Amino acid sequence: MKQPLRVLYCHCTYAKVVPDATKLAVLQGLSESDIPFEAVPDLCEMSAKQDPCLQQLVGDGNLRIAACYPRAVKWLFHAVGVTLPESVQVLNMRIDTPESILTALKTEPTE
Amino acid sequence: MSIPLPLAHSPKTAFRIALYEGTGADPIPQPLRGEIITALLAKGYPVSVIKPNRPSGPIVAGTLVVLGLFHEDKPMEADSTEGVKVYFRSLKNLNATEMLAVVESTRTMAEVPERKAWKPWFPVIDYDRCTNCMQCLSFCLFDVYAVKDGKINVQNNSKCKTDCPACSRVCPEVAILFPKYRHGPINGDVVSDDDLRRENMKVDISSLLGGDIYAALRDRNAKFKSRFNKERDADKALEERQKCLVKLGQLLDIPAELMAGLPTQQQIEAKASAAMAASSE
Repeated sequence: MKQPLRVLYCHCTYAKVVPDATKLAVLQGLSESDIPFEAVPDLCEMSAKQDPCLQQLVGDGNLRIAACYPRAVKWLFHAVGVTLPESVQVLNMRIDTPESILTALKTEPTE
Repeated sequence: MSIPLPLAHSPKTAFRIALYEGTGADPIPQPLRGEIITALLAKGYPVSVIKPNRPSGPIVAGTLVVLGLFHEDKPMEADSTEGVKVYFRSLKNLNATEMLAVVESTRTMAEVPERKAWKPWFPVIDYDRCTNCMQCLSFCLFDVYAVKDGKINVQNNSKCKTDCPACSRVCPEVAILFPKYRHGPINGDVVSDDDLRRENMKVDISSLLGGDIYAALRDRNAKFKSRFNKERDADKALEERQKCLVKLGQLLDIPAELMAGLPTQQQIEAKASAAMAASSE
């Protein structure tokens, strides 16, 4: 059965490492879409505080994450005991364009 | 009519927002929707955007504030089945600033403490690369690292010195990340062959300095002390010591204030041994 797409957006609120223009364009694109999504102020903060929400957010793994480098995101989740399934796609707002990120976020899963 | 709220299970102080546009509520017009989400994130509040006929992800929360343009009046507050306090707030005739004031007053009413802005700066270990060599544990002055079940891990991340990536610089395997760091591969970027070559160069530099950087520093300090005794020129000795520390600090990207408290080689070895011993007890 086709699983619904879920999206997690990280605003990287407490640092200036993600370009403002990129994260605001991605957030605006998500806001204008009909996709339900979870927007969190800062994944690093959640990891540091061992937020149990991270486990809940991963769920069945049918998740796309707009944040930063996939290696960083993978080990941030691991730091709270959550292994990201292979199916989770991490999109990097530090280097990718908002257009390519939004396209990837909005593409429905095929199975 | 019941609103299908996400599950909530988390610490009592957690405070989250649901922007509800599902059954029984109108869509929130743009650009207001975007302004509301941006304002809430800037204040440190997680937001779940809930759409009609689309399942939302789970929310973990002690207190959940549901904002929406509801068709019918909602009770101001209710306890969810998970024992979580839920507050409903109408967005009718509110702009983003007024909405934020409503959320803040609800947080105060719920007796949830205000979120303190904190740059989450702490090391994250890439266990695909880590060889458990303990150099990070030995090097860190703030006991951020510990050994658990014989394996290095980050135990006290709140003790980490903001903007200090020094432990990642001494890691020979490029296995320590600081996601908020400016440059790769410490920020999580892919580790390239050039990065590995640089790590090998660091080892070479350390060797050239006489086996390890600490030993070199100690020797320099001893020489400066000796010179101090002979020349009685405290200012000159301090100036030279400062130059040496600045050079090393630049090499490893260590904040200047940390350089003053570098441990000796004996202290380093004792620390790693003690951590391993404690772990195996």
